[in-house]
Amino acid sequence: MGLKQNLHNLKEKYKGTKMAPAFNAIHTFLYLPNEVTHGGTHIKAADDLKRTMNIVIMALIPCLIFGMFNAGYQHYAAIDGSLRADVLANFFTWDNLWIGIIKVLPLVIVSYGVGLAVEFVFAVIKGHEVEEGYLVTGMLVPLIVPVDTPLWMLAVAVIFGVVIGKEVFGGTGMNILNPALTIRAFLFFAYPTWMSGDKVWVYDAVNRAGTADAISGETILGSYAQNQEVIYSTWDKFMGFIPGSVGETSTLLILLGAAFLIFTKIGSWRIIVSTFLGAAVMGLIFNQVVAADVITESSKFYGLMNTVWWEHLMIGGLAFGAVYMATDPVTASQTNKGKWIYGFLIGFISIMIRVFNPAYPEGVFLAILLMNVFAPTIDHYVVQGNVKKRLKRTKVKTA
Amino acid sequence: MGLLSKKDAALIKDPLFDNNPITIQVLGICSALAITAELKASIVMSISVMFVLGLGNVVISLMRNIIPSKIRIIVQLIVVATLVIIVDLVLKAFAYELSKTLSVFVGLIITNCIIMGRFEAFALGNGPWRSFLDGIGNSVGYGVILIIVGFFRELLGSGTLLGFKVLGDPIEKTGLYAIGYENNGFMLLSPMALIVVGIIIWIQRTKNKSLIEEH
Repeated sequence: MGLKQNLHNLKEKYKGTKMAPAFNAIHTFLYLPNEVTHGGTHIKAADDLKRTMNIVIMALIPCLIFGMFNAGYQHYAAIDGSLRADVLANFFTWDNLWIGIIKVLPLVIVSYGVGLAVEFVFAVIKGHEVEEGYLVTGMLVPLIVPVDTPLWMLAVAVIFGVVIGKEVFGGTGMNILNPALTIRAFLFFAYPTWMSGDKVWVYDAVNRAGTADAISGETILGSYAQNQEVIYSTWDKFMGFIPGSVGETSTLLILLGAAFLIFTKIGSWRIIVSTFLGAAVMGLIFNQVVAADVITESSKFYGLMNTVWWEHLMIGGLAFGAVYMATDPVTASQTNKGKWIYGFLIGFISIMIRVFNPAYPEGVFLAILLMNVFAPTIDHYVVQGNVKKRLKRTKVKTA
Repeated sequence: MGLLSKKDAALIKDPLFDNNPITIQVLGICSALAITAELKASIVMSISVMFVLGLGNVVISLMRNIIPSKIRIIVQLIVVATLVIIVDLVLKAFAYELSKTLSVFVGLIITNCIIMGRFEAFALGNGPWRSFLDGIGNSVGYGVILIIVGFFRELLGSGTLLGFKVLGDPIEKTGLYAIGYENNGFMLLSPMALIVVGIIIWIQRTKNKSLIEEH
């Protein structure tokens, strides 16, 4: 008797009891359930929620693996700058991967363990099946936090994000805010010293601070915000050989993930394209401001305003946010026209916050959360506009 | 209760739980969000509101038959403003540091919806003794929530209670801080107070299903 049969028997045994959802969840997660549709079903689709979630996770796996190598690479490169001269030779090494395994995998395990535990508790209390909603969130969370984030902080934030961001609204599909970004925002406001600054982005930089072995963990955005030169080439920025949150550095892999999501029709290309568009427009406006000599080099906004607009698209969390966060079907706009407006404003506001925020030079998560709140309003006006247009059309005909 | 009749006791008891001004009527939220970052401020605020509401209710109730109904709001405002100024001056005289923490929110007791609400809804139609009980009941119901919120916000946000370092010293790294614990800065921001109040409302409604409105 295999594991599947055992699980099935367990499931049958506990049917109707309080703990039933817990066994059902494990069974459904690992295997295709034995139950088949019955009765008069006429519409059949191959993509249920579980499959949708799995596709997003598949799109995220390259970012995760890259992030594990990058965690080690940034650590060693910060100690010995000469490693950066030949990135490709020094990137995919076992040493780098080992640091990824000891630093990044625990983040993933804590994120999934705590998040799913909360989901299980709520499923048992409410007496419904465990929902698949956390599968993607659990993978997104470790990718958008700094590598040195203490695990207990992550656990507290995950509990907060899942309970306050999702369960109080009624669980998966009912949430107003993206749970992964709620978790990120909680971490940012609760423990700002661990979420910003020039230490947290590179493994061990926090422990070494103030000693003879001190290393810098400054991100590109951090350097620009202080009007400093950065040492990274455009190639580094595009490929992702730069410090940052665990999984968001590689624009190349994110674009590959985007192509995969668009090809499988899971992610909305309208939102992805319009987010990049909005960011580019805001970046261009800032470039024009600098070109028109409105601000001088002594201004504290000069560094980020002077950043070429297409560079804004590659650094920081913009690409990751545009592809994996903004496209969350639950919290995004539903109408096609609404998606353009929604995405455009996310990109536009992201760059605005990035340039003007004095404390923390990144605004993607704030911009997406803000537009999450506005998404229903955007949809409302798009629908109303359509109703008006059609009413007008009938009037012309009858008159 | 031997001291109070059953009807009078309900005046005190109801606002504590099933008709709480903050969690059920959702009044007086502004001050509950603004000054609850410290437990001490919450306690002083509760006492101030108890003074203003208890005494104000009695005064309005005594005058209820001679106030022309067209100008009753103005009369109520004058009464509450007088009492609030007394509280403000007392605080400034005897607890200057604290009055600076509470800043404008002592003055804003005047606009606290609970006070005008009780004047309008209760004191104008009931005798002084019952109005007094109603005022005390409502202000205690308000104060209980303020103190609960203040307790959690100060404990988790600053690691202190009434200024005592109960969790150890964050700079010297003693107590909990020695094993890596850190204060939650979010708790000191007003949005978190709203979330804490929301959690209290959630727990209360889970315990007492009759409070959940029909949709």
